[in-house]
Amino acid sequence: MTDKNGFFDLSKTSFTRRTALKGLAAGAGLAVAPGFVRYSQAQSSAPIKIGFQSHRTGIGAAYGRWYEKTTAAAVKAINDAGGINGRPVEVIIEDDGTDPGRGAEVVGKFATQHKTDIVYGTLFSHVVIGSAPAAGEAKIPYFVVSEGHHVASTKLNRYVFQPGITDVKSQIQSMAPWIAANAGKKVTQIFPDFAFGYDHRDYLPPALKAQGAEVIAQIAIPPTESSFTKYFPQIPAETEVIYHVMVGPAVLTFVKELGEFYGSNRPQLFGFIDSLEATDINSPGLEFLDGSHFWEGSPRYAQPDDSPAQKAYRAAVGIDDNGAAVGDPKDVSTAAHMFGCWETLYVVKKAMEDAGYKGPEDRTKLVEATEALTEFAEGPEHPQGPKTFNGKIHQCFGIQNISKVEGGRLNVVHKTKIEDGLYEPEGDYTTQAL
Amino acid sequence: MHFGPHLLLAALEGLVTSAVLALTALGLSLVFGVMRVVNVAHGEFFMLGAVLAWAISTAISDHPALGFLAALVLAPLIVGLIALVAERLVLRRLNYNPEATIVATIGMLYIIQQLALTFYGPEARPVEAPFSYRILLPWFGYSGYKLSIIAASAFLLIATWLVLTRTKIGLVMRATQYDRETAQAFGIPVERVYAGVFAFGAMLAAVAAVLIVPISQAHYLMGQDPLLLSFIVVIIGGLGSLRGTVVAAVLIGLSDGIISVFFSPTLAKIIATLLVAMVLVFRPQGLFGTSSR
Repeated sequence: MTDKNGFFDLSKTSFTRRTALKGLAAGAGLAVAPGFVRYSQAQSSAPIKIGFQSHRTGIGAAYGRWYEKTTAAAVKAINDAGGINGRPVEVIIEDDGTDPGRGAEVVGKFATQHKTDIVYGTLFSHVVIGSAPAAGEAKIPYFVVSEGHHVASTKLNRYVFQPGITDVKSQIQSMAPWIAANAGKKVTQIFPDFAFGYDHRDYLPPALKAQGAEVIAQIAIPPTESSFTKYFPQIPAETEVIYHVMVGPAVLTFVKELGEFYGSNRPQLFGFIDSLEATDINSPGLEFLDGSHFWEGSPRYAQPDDSPAQKAYRAAVGIDDNGAAVGDPKDVSTAAHMFGCWETLYVVKKAMEDAGYKGPEDRTKLVEATEALTEFAEGPEHPQGPKTFNGKIHQCFGIQNISKVEGGRLNVVHKTKIEDGLYEPEGDYTTQAL
Repeated sequence: MHFGPHLLLAALEGLVTSAVLALTALGLSLVFGVMRVVNVAHGEFFMLGAVLAWAISTAISDHPALGFLAALVLAPLIVGLIALVAERLVLRRLNYNPEATIVATIGMLYIIQQLALTFYGPEARPVEAPFSYRILLPWFGYSGYKLSIIAASAFLLIATWLVLTRTKIGLVMRATQYDRETAQAFGIPVERVYAGVFAFGAMLAAVAAVLIVPISQAHYLMGQDPLLLSFIVVIIGGLGSLRGTVVAAVLIGLSDGIISVFFSPTLAKIIATLLVAMVLVFRPQGLFGTSSR
């Protein structure tokens, strides 16, 4: 092929060395101009900028969309009530494609380009693990809403916090007694083959063993898998309970195929609602789930004993009594997780107020103020329930809900206590240098 | 589970994979065989088929079977039209140059994928199966719809084979494949044949996607796996050979099903890729391909 238009002919370019040098000089001049950057941030009425690392595309897209809705609702509520330290909150969203590599780039972009005060909002554990080093390097506080145990394991760094949602290790520990007592003693686990799934793989067997039950098989499935029947023969026949937790775009296929495989003649099912998050439990083919149990961080369906705070939160986010978007019953939310966004933003508000936070120069103060927090009372700021916070491991602890599928909805049948989920800290972030 | 039923399940799963794979790979193989164009965007035509199936079956929501049947007819037609436009606007301008078309179809891959992301969104959306009969075997249950995919695919493959071997269109296509310049000298409108083949190849991928979407949901990234597997099948079967493509699809599908049931899905992929390497080393023209003249 000939290069008719001369696109590739370098001799024709009008971009000379001299113009390049001029451009460089002008850019450098702008960068060192006194107060060019600092001026705008010194103003006390300038907004507090929160960089939201959102799973807008990729396998976490359904979560990303609802995390954005919840964040928008929480920020509106915070701004309507006067903002943080009298300053409005502004959220800047960047898509990470649910990809760890891009996640780290996004954190870097927030720190150096958008110059946000904090980074916030990540869910998928591999993205959190991939992005945390970038946050530590940029020394920018990174508030995740991820559910994984990686923050509490103290294997990340001092700038990473998870104050709005409990971690898998704590969830499993508090629910294991219920599973052993009510569902069965011989458990087969099905989990996604990446960091979040490994938390389930590693912490369920010891938690069940303590209750006299045992895990007899563990089946790891890649999170991008689209067909599942081929994995089901690995489930041993003597299984009494299938403990399932799946993520990704194919969760509906996963439960449907489980139903086709077993029909009504199935073992007990105990699932993390992740296997059905953003999916209607009344979809055709899911009838076999009737009578099975799910973990829920926050209940999808409105419950009779919902607190006024829970009702107000649901109305603010815009979900109806079935946990779907108001006006679109097919748009089912990720209710079990997204409350964490709301609560995390209120923790950030509290910590920024405690620290007298003024701008990025106060980031270390913000870290210390967050570490000093110990308790979050149930209320409009924490509608899911009361929580305690361990500043040494940057992790909150709260209650868990176990819900039963009955008559096409999820009814909460058991709530755990905060103490059920406490464990010995595995380390101490506060000993790390800031 | 005992060995017998276990093997049965593995074979069933493998046959479903084969059925879809054979259709998709056949499209890729035809386009390469006739046009000598490596269509990297083939998986995106597959994805478009699934996404359109969702759109059509949602628009016609009276009865799932009605919506699905409409999708089965309309989605491939629309995808064929899109492929026709792409062929006119891109491939023809490049004069079907093998290197240039690879780069161009990589570009098409991203454009189609991002357009789907923009207009369809990042969610995975289900399409209801036309019927939901569950076949109850003594050891496990199996979806009746999945079995019907195998039948539908076999029917479509036979129809394609008849068109290629028994009709004038097929004759013209084979003539163009055999020797483009001589065909042109005999008055065959080669460019129109190319356009038709490219559209037909995309339609085969779209049909495969419509068949599979009730069991695997429509998602904007779903074109990647079929593309990879299709390449594997086409290389093993021999480029441009219908028989080779079908045999290789059944081979890869069954081995994928059986190996992933008994061992692990990752091992199945490893073995398929190894097979490709072996074929490339010992029989570069593929199992059923004829060596280039």
